[in-house]
Amino acid sequence: MTPFGLLDWSDLVFAGFLRDPSVNEAVASAAGAFAVLGAVAALVVLTVKGWWRPLWSGWLTSLDHKRIGIMYVVLGLVMFARAIAEASVMRAQQMAALGEPGFLSAEHFGQLFTTHGTIMIFFVAMPLLTGIINFVMPLQIGARDVTFPLVNAVSLALTAAGAALLMVSLVVGRFSTGGWSGYPPFTGAAFSPGEGVDYWIWAVTLSSLGSTLTGMNFAVTIYKERCPGMHLFRMPLFTWTALCTSILMIFAMAPLTVATLMLALDRYAGFHFFTAGSGGDMMNYANLFWLFGHPEVYILILPAFGVWSEVFSTFSGKTLYGYTSLVIATMCIAVLSFTVWLHHFFTMGQAASINAVFGVATMLIGVPTGVKVYDWLLTMVRGRIRFRVPLILGCYFLATFVIGGLTGVLLANPTVDYGTHNSLFLVAHFHNMLIPGLLFGMFAAIHFWFPKAFGFRLHEGLGVLSAFLWMGGFLCAFMPLYALGLMGGMRRMAQLPEGPFGPLLAVALLGALMIAAGFAVFVLQLWWSVRHRDRLAVPHGDPWDGRTLEWALPAPPPEWNFAVLPEVDRRDPFDAAKLAGIAYALPDRYEDIEMPANSAVAPALGAAAFAVAFGLVWHIWWLVAFGLAAALAAIVARSFVTETTRTIPAAHVRQVTEGWRSIARVATPCPRRAEATGANRGRARPQQ
Amino acid sequence: MSDVTATRHPGLNLNHTDRETHDRAESVMFGFWVFMMSDLVLFAVLFATYAAQSVHGIAGGPAPAEIFELKSTLWQTLVLLTSSFTMGLAALALKYRDDRRRLVLWLLVTAALGGTFLYLEGADWLRMARDHGAVPQVSGFLSIFYALTGTHFLHVSAAMVWIGVMLVQIGRFGLKPEVKLRVMRLAILWHLLDVVWIGIFTFVFLFGVVQ
Amino acid sequence: MTKGIPVSEDEGLRAELRSYAIGGILSLALTGAAFWLVASRALSLRTTLLVLGGLAIVQIAAQLRFFLHIDLRKSHRDDLQLILFTALIIGLMIGGTIWILFNQHARM
Ligand code: HEM
Ligand SMILES: [Cu+2]
Repeated sequence: MTPFGLLDWSDLVFAGFLRDPSVNEAVASAAGAFAVLGAVAALVVLTVKGWWRPLWSGWLTSLDHKRIGIMYVVLGLVMFARAIAEASVMRAQQMAALGEPGFLSAEHFGQLFTTHGTIMIFFVAMPLLTGIINFVMPLQIGARDVTFPLVNAVSLALTAAGAALLMVSLVVGRFSTGGWSGYPPFTGAAFSPGEGVDYWIWAVTLSSLGSTLTGMNFAVTIYKERCPGMHLFRMPLFTWTALCTSILMIFAMAPLTVATLMLALDRYAGFHFFTAGSGGDMMNYANLFWLFGHPEVYILILPAFGVWSEVFSTFSGKTLYGYTSLVIATMCIAVLSFTVWLHHFFTMGQAASINAVFGVATMLIGVPTGVKVYDWLLTMVRGRIRFRVPLILGCYFLATFVIGGLTGVLLANPTVDYGTHNSLFLVAHFHNMLIPGLLFGMFAAIHFWFPKAFGFRLHEGLGVLSAFLWMGGFLCAFMPLYALGLMGGMRRMAQLPEGPFGPLLAVALLGALMIAAGFAVFVLQLWWSVRHRDRLAVPHGDPWDGRTLEWALPAPPPEWNFAVLPEVDRRDPFDAAKLAGIAYALPDRYEDIEMPANSAVAPALGAAAFAVAFGLVWHIWWLVAFGLAAALAAIVARSFVTETTRTIPAAHVRQVTEGWRSIARVATPCPRRAEATGANRGRARPQQ
Repeated sequence: MSDVTATRHPGLNLNHTDRETHDRAESVMFGFWVFMMSDLVLFAVLFATYAAQSVHGIAGGPAPAEIFELKSTLWQTLVLLTSSFTMGLAALALKYRDDRRRLVLWLLVTAALGGTFLYLEGADWLRMARDHGAVPQVSGFLSIFYALTGTHFLHVSAAMVWIGVMLVQIGRFGLKPEVKLRVMRLAILWHLLDVVWIGIFTFVFLFGVVQ
Repeated sequence: MTKGIPVSEDEGLRAELRSYAIGGILSLALTGAAFWLVASRALSLRTTLLVLGGLAIVQIAAQLRFFLHIDLRKSHRDDLQLILFTALIIGLMIGGTIWILFNQHARM
């Protein structure tokens, strides 16, 4: 073996095209070339603009929760672009493959749905929600940072290392074809030799480690760092959902880590956890995977529920209806989510009585979710509703999410599931939950909190356009799949039978393209807004007449968030302060503030983790040993560092705070009808 | 601050013996407990898999009763339990005495016992492999047996490295708050590894031998 | 002994030492009982398994109580919630897994 393990020039994706210049290989090579060009372009821009130093000292080594949050969101958006492109290619293939082979091999199609699913879950949805919680939650509870800022940065680095592994797999070698759930025995060494499944294993394992640390960090932060007076039952609902999601992360990621590591032992060392024969039990894999997988879907949806709660309340100009019931519903969902995992494998052969128990438990989750829907509706009743982008998406969410929920209750019935299992009906169902629920929730959050993070709004018109493209696109892309599923269309098929499938698949392709176009408009909107940020600026920090503590800060907030830790005595404290006319009062005393100093440990650990994972995929053992040693050395060395904080002098805090507040106090408050115009500079006129 | 006898976090509290560190302990210690709970779930999943595979996964290979030897297990257990006790003494030395010698001494004793445990367990594995050909590649049962005990073994090894680092830091920095809090977390890890071992010797070894 | 330790601290030390000693003795006794039970084969298989399980749970509780100072009455609420919730999740995961896998096996 060479020093590079199993790696060989012929593993480059371009070599595949030289060997076999087919359309199939051309698509793979184009994707690889796109990844390489993207990386090169990024490097060139960084160098030409001289951005390396600010990138390193301002971002990569920063432990500021706001910057870490923003980096998570950027990672999620970049990966989203890839996963959306893959979805469109899949749809195009199925369209082209009616009655003929189409342009992709079944193998290639398998890689596409595997990477699409894996990326969407682990490297789009998780980074987006983690990033938004990271940015918003400490602000909402009146804290200066999370409890463990360095761990926070390490979580990001591990997630980014996993994402990097996925990107590298576009160019070097092939990815798994085993789906995002990676079931053995198909993914075992006997049926899937080669690097594909190993790429999947290590990418997912890195992401899962990062999420475990994140969950722990957020939960401790919410338990221990709340400002005086912020009782649990005064926390904004978004923070509540962040807490429940974090708790799910703490407990649900472990089974995934165990499952992927066992699969790795089977593949690398000939163990028999899941092999056919020799006492392996592949059904235990399904069991372990969904012990993680079902709580995972609630990890994904709960923060979005939190976003929707803030959105409905803010854009209705009303306090949230049924706060307590929403909190209790969230807790019930979190606990129940650990009791239903078997509904993902009703068809695996256990007794009907077991299926019945898990089926009923699954249907029960519909109850707290239903409570939430009513609470959101009632929040809007008699509100002064303003249709900004988040609320447009929110209303659409309410309507479509209920459809998805109802089909979920159908699938929860084992007898129904026997007929629809692994069909396109299921694909329609889970996209119905994930796109209007989670994805639109995240985009609503981006629109909502973007001005807080960067100091200017996003262009409203382009936002509305992309929202409508998404909303129409989703309906076209996924409603037909319910029908296709009931007509017998199965999931993960490179080719579907001819006949009545054609028209519906065409609509689905159109929908996928509309969603992709919506994303393009979103990127355009970002670009346009950055160019015209002066016109959209909201420096006073409160563009939406917000109700919770984060809106009491300038936009963007200073590194230390709060000059003086706030004290609260009710829910929606900032709204109350505005009505009382004391929102912009000056603190009477300033103190030195200690903030975490920058640290290169996280990028170092991320690089080490990537090296270990890449070494494992290609059996480059020295690289694995080196990466592990480097990681250990970094951790031990860090424990010897004594200066981990940096003091910000009171005088500086005073100067910044008074500079902002003295202007904000005298700024003209903007009435809500001018919210989407240049008159909105971030000082809201309180609505009685 | 409030009542000095009130606990701020699970595990040994410093309370009045070192108010300064005690005041800083709450979220760090709580955070470590949360981390440990996640780790316990990892072990729980391994135990659950063991419960099934040790019955269904023999596949013609050696069965638990054929390869386990309780004498070795008993020794491993006694050594590890004692180390948990000596780790407790180390923690008390940290809390009540300001001389580092006693703390270092108990940490060294704990490390020696931990090392003995690792040696005994390793020897036991070698015996099973040598006398019965019981390697993980033989059957589902042996795969999970080694994965479960091996994960515990790795945890103890990591804790040993941690003890080593702490010994250096105690020498270098003295008993400053960060060092104290690290030793307290180390103690929690050590005791919890003992808890896991109670599960292992009962549900793996004793259960395996009676059947 | 180091100088300057107030009497009350000495008392605290003695009380905590006693707690560790009780924990140590208890765990030795419970371990002894468990191994003896298996070596002597004094009970039927079924009862042996049940008693062994019971002994392990008591011993784990003793570790938690005497070495880890988890006290149902004195602990902080957050801490207890954390530990009890963990116990619930562990119970669900182990119980569910055993239930499902044994049932599937029996029906194969
Ligand atoms: C944005 C528009 C999207 C389109 C057009 C789309 C399209 C598709 C297609 C065509 C498949 C393959 C279905 C099959 O197996 O036949 C698929 C699978 C999947 N999608 Fe999406 N998707 C989109 C968004 C998302 C999002 C936002 C998520 C999650 C956050 C997601 C998660 C998944 C998962 C988990 C699978 C299953 C992969 C597997 O079979 O292992 N998708 N999607
Ligand atoms: Cu589920």
